[in-house]
Amino acid sequence: MHFLDAVRLALQQIRAQKLKSGFSLIGVFIGVMFLIAVVSVVQGMNRYMTDKFAGTLLGVNTFRLRQFPDMQLGNVTDSTWRVWQRRPRISYDDAQAVMRGLTVPVVTAWESSTRATLSAGRHQAKDIEVTAATDQYFDIRSLTIASGRAFTAQEVHAGVPVAVLGYELASKLFDGQDPLGREVKIFDLPYRVIGVVEKQGNLFGVSLDKFVVTTAAAPVKRYVNPPRVVDALAVKAATQTDMREAMSEAEAIMRSRRHLRPRDGDTFALETADEVLDFWSKISRVLFLALPGLVAISLVVGGIVIMNIMLMAVAERTREIGIRKSLGARRRDILRQFLVESATLATVGAAAGVATGIALAGLIAAISPLPASVAPWSIAVGVLLGAGVGVVAGVYPATRAARLDPIAALRFET
Amino acid sequence: MSQPQEFRTGDTPLPDIVILTHKLARDYDMGSEVVHALRGVSFQIRRNEYVAVMGPSGSGKSTLMNVIGCLDTPSAGEYWLNGQKVSDLSDDELAHIRNKEIGFVFQTFNLLPRASALHNVELPLIYAGASAKVRRDRAAEALTSVGLGDRMDHKPNELSGGQRQRVAIARALVNKPSILLADEPTGNLDSATSSEIMDVFATLHGQGQTVVMVTHEADIAAHAKRVVTLRDGLIATDQARAA
Repeated sequence: MHFLDAVRLALQQIRAQKLKSGFSLIGVFIGVMFLIAVVSVVQGMNRYMTDKFAGTLLGVNTFRLRQFPDMQLGNVTDSTWRVWQRRPRISYDDAQAVMRGLTVPVVTAWESSTRATLSAGRHQAKDIEVTAATDQYFDIRSLTIASGRAFTAQEVHAGVPVAVLGYELASKLFDGQDPLGREVKIFDLPYRVIGVVEKQGNLFGVSLDKFVVTTAAAPVKRYVNPPRVVDALAVKAATQTDMREAMSEAEAIMRSRRHLRPRDGDTFALETADEVLDFWSKISRVLFLALPGLVAISLVVGGIVIMNIMLMAVAERTREIGIRKSLGARRRDILRQFLVESATLATVGAAAGVATGIALAGLIAAISPLPASVAPWSIAVGVLLGAGVGVVAGVYPATRAARLDPIAALRFET
Repeated sequence: MSQPQEFRTGDTPLPDIVILTHKLARDYDMGSEVVHALRGVSFQIRRNEYVAVMGPSGSGKSTLMNVIGCLDTPSAGEYWLNGQKVSDLSDDELAHIRNKEIGFVFQTFNLLPRASALHNVELPLIYAGASAKVRRDRAAEALTSVGLGDRMDHKPNELSGGQRQRVAIARALVNKPSILLADEPTGNLDSATSSEIMDVFATLHGQGQTVVMVTHEADIAAHAKRVVTLRDGLIATDQARAA
């Protein structure tokens, strides 16, 4: 018997017994559905972390020179923390020395941040991230100006009190009116709004559009840091290789400035998006490790159910098997018929699971801050797993069917 | 009709002998005792013979039928079918022989209930590995030849007993077997329908088909040209009837 004939026969059988088939493939259905949904969400988070988190928040091919890492992932012990706090801060001179010393072509910016309440007229916005930065900050963070303009190097040098607002902050403070040229107060000091940044959206439900950027030498600096100190020097290179090279140059410059001996550790931090992505990949690895267990349980249960259904089918169709054998079906024909039927049953369940899993992932993405992105490989894995479970579950019933004695099977009364 | 020459172990049957059994025996081990269903049956059937096998229940005619139909293998003795010694073939080889050489017609029809008449007739061709088109054409042809050309899409439960048996006959013949092997073909039919089926057999025999029919009804056996009677696992009588 040809394979396609066997599949057609199996589909006929499933259609003839819709309810029974439906129940029998529920286990596989659930297993595959979870597989697809979980993989989609994890995959979505992956993409989010690499594109948005690493790209937007930290910048591509960018590292930062800081007193200690900004992204504390995992546990930082109290003693480590105390050591970090005792480190010298990054001074203007440090930053300038590094900027001058780098031979790799890079873009640099000073950044210092704090949180403050902003006001414009009667409107107030609390707990807004205030950053004092140099002009290339926007380039490093890949922030596009939606209206108005960014500040210039001259404005930075002169310490002109101008501000560029995040999209949501702008609409909150100015109620949909054009904010350009108007005044916002940060720490009760007036700034002129010269630009609004394009909408960035959310990251895990937190808005990325509530921030204000001012010039590094603007009056706000004294609220942000002690004199002549910055939070970070951000350095963006064209490629990953350039970035690595710039990092080692920066490390050498800083070590010599701080007179560190070869055995001393760094008294500063060079932070890249890699740390964040490493941390995330640890989390997603844990999820991916737990997932097979969950899926396996459903699939094993599903397989047992299918095996039972197939054993019932073999018993019910003993006569049919006898007839087929009397007409020339060999053992392997009968074996294949029932294996294909079992596999088809499970594959139908898996296909339904794939469809529902995709829908479920979409639903999760719609009603929660978790993003979702369906991974094509997970669909393939889901369907193959389903078919595999069907084949494995079908082996025993199909073997029993194939071994039936044709005479006894023909005489069998149902 | 004279019997051909005596067959001895090591011989090969003559070319026109379709069925040859030589000292065929079949024992069933029932645990506490061994049942000797066949105790040494030797007979030969030529091409285009029409033979009825008779005997009371327990005489071994069903066992003989199973062995001739290659559903069962003998415990001892030889069985040659169409020039091939089949008594020591494996299961799968027997399946192949059943597919190519034997057309079964059963008392209970043994059609697949959910399949159409056409699909039922296609079954032997599926196991012969025929393509879908060949299957369809030949099954339709076989059904037409038994007068069911207009019932091809009917399921067995939409057909009368006589029609079902004709579907079974079409199925038996679709692979052009060496023998048509019928087991009580009229056992479930009324007498009018029975004689219809006997007419079909007569026609097939007239076209050159070798027919072997197991029955316990003397008036059905009367349609055959030769009657073999079994008793206690041995041939009791073997007589040709006047044409």
